[in-house]
Amino acid sequence: MIHCVLHDPADAVAVVVVEGVTAGTTLTGLILDEDRTITLPCVQDIPIGHKVALRDLAVGDTVIKYGIDIGRVVQPIARGQHAHVHNIRTKRW
Amino acid sequence: MHIMKNTFWGYRRENGRVGVRNHVIVLPVDDLSNAACEAVANNIKGTLAIPHPYGRLQFGADLELHFRTLIGTGANPNVAAVVVIGIEEQWTKKIVDAIAATGKPVTGFGIELHGDHDTIMRASKAAKEYLQAASELHRVECKLDELWVSTKCGESDTTSGCGSNPTVGDAFDKLYAAGCTLVFGETTELTGGEQIVAARCRDDRVRADFMRMFDRYQEVINRHKTSDLSDSQPTKGNIAGGLTTIEEKALGNIQKIGKKCVVDGVLDKAEMPTSPGLWFMDSSSAAAEMVTLCAASGYVVHFFPTGQGNVIGNPILPVIKICANPRTVRTMSEHIDVDTSGLLQRELTMDQAGDKLLDMMFRTANGRLTSAEALGHREFVLTRLYESA
Repeated sequence: MIHCVLHDPADAVAVVVVEGVTAGTTLTGLILDEDRTITLPCVQDIPIGHKVALRDLAVGDTVIKYGIDIGRVVQPIARGQHAHVHNIRTKRW
Repeated sequence: MHIMKNTFWGYRRENGRVGVRNHVIVLPVDDLSNAACEAVANNIKGTLAIPHPYGRLQFGADLELHFRTLIGTGANPNVAAVVVIGIEEQWTKKIVDAIAATGKPVTGFGIELHGDHDTIMRASKAAKEYLQAASELHRVECKLDELWVSTKCGESDTTSGCGSNPTVGDAFDKLYAAGCTLVFGETTELTGGEQIVAARCRDDRVRADFMRMFDRYQEVINRHKTSDLSDSQPTKGNIAGGLTTIEEKALGNIQKIGKKCVVDGVLDKAEMPTSPGLWFMDSSSAAAEMVTLCAASGYVVHFFPTGQGNVIGNPILPVIKICANPRTVRTMSEHIDVDTSGLLQRELTMDQAGDKLLDMMFRTANGRLTSAEALGHREFVLTRLYESA
């Protein structure tokens, strides 16, 4: 089963695409642009559609998805944690 | 690309354009005329009233957009004939004359000096004749490049960017190569990805037109915003679905224009394209506003990818829903026409997903009702530019 997908191998986050992902699950991630898989440990419960961090991210880091900047880190995020509005903000507006 | 056919079955209108529906509509010029229009549609079964809340005391560019949207809706080739009703005759005649220029049967009625009863009686007689004449029209085989297809996504989540939107992108790449007339828009929802769209423009002139419209809309946001807009863009539904920032939403949104299409031109709201290719239309990202503008620009089939499950339809434009979120497909199945959730489990390739959508496009163009049509979704929302006088 594919638990999460990412677009570009350089992406910092992947999207959970199944329901019921809980802390302790070993996630299989599909890299869409390369059609190959990776694995990573999930350390928090993450709802379908929400993102998991693929590496440790520090405050001020740029978050890369689609190989492109989607915002900045405002709270530290560890690999395998839930990445969303509580720790990432827009750089626009 | 085994699914691509060269033809579909549509209604050829007086001006040569091809529609895929055969509606007789009863169109109010203004809010005051909604009641009469709805009474006519109630009298003459099979006609369709299109009520809306505006049309009084508008002026300048906002009034021009009001007229352009109503005229474009009446002129759309999915419409066989039009009955127009307004509170007074002059603005009614302006809309009737512009629709009549396409050769389409159209008659207008002003309520003043007659009242609702007499207006409803006379308009009902006209509507009955139009409906019976339309019922004798037949579908004819039409070339694929005569099909105009629009797209706009809604209630997006992260599965939109990796599933349903790239499905539309794959289909758009194939339709572009076939010579179809295509459009996308949602100006503020390109924020963070505007340079990608700019790089896809045909030439410097188109690029300058696009960036002018993009920057103009950013100025509107900056003038009126009270926060960084994180309460509106992404929407609460987007955030519940996992989208975090406008940049992330925009990069998902842009997947709809595929990998090969070129942006050939830029349209103002409800403006009609003048040649085949992919057009960008300056527009709100609110679903019903944008789809209403697509219909007014003459588009006859709409691709609507969704993540969390937007239920939108349109009175005259069939809206095909595409979804790749397995939870939405399970919990809101009655709204979804094309399920591409297999993309996220490697059960479906992007080429297959695009073909699945194109298969549904041909079936819809040939007469199959979309989920939104079957469920009676007829959202018709006029875009306003500023206050009435």
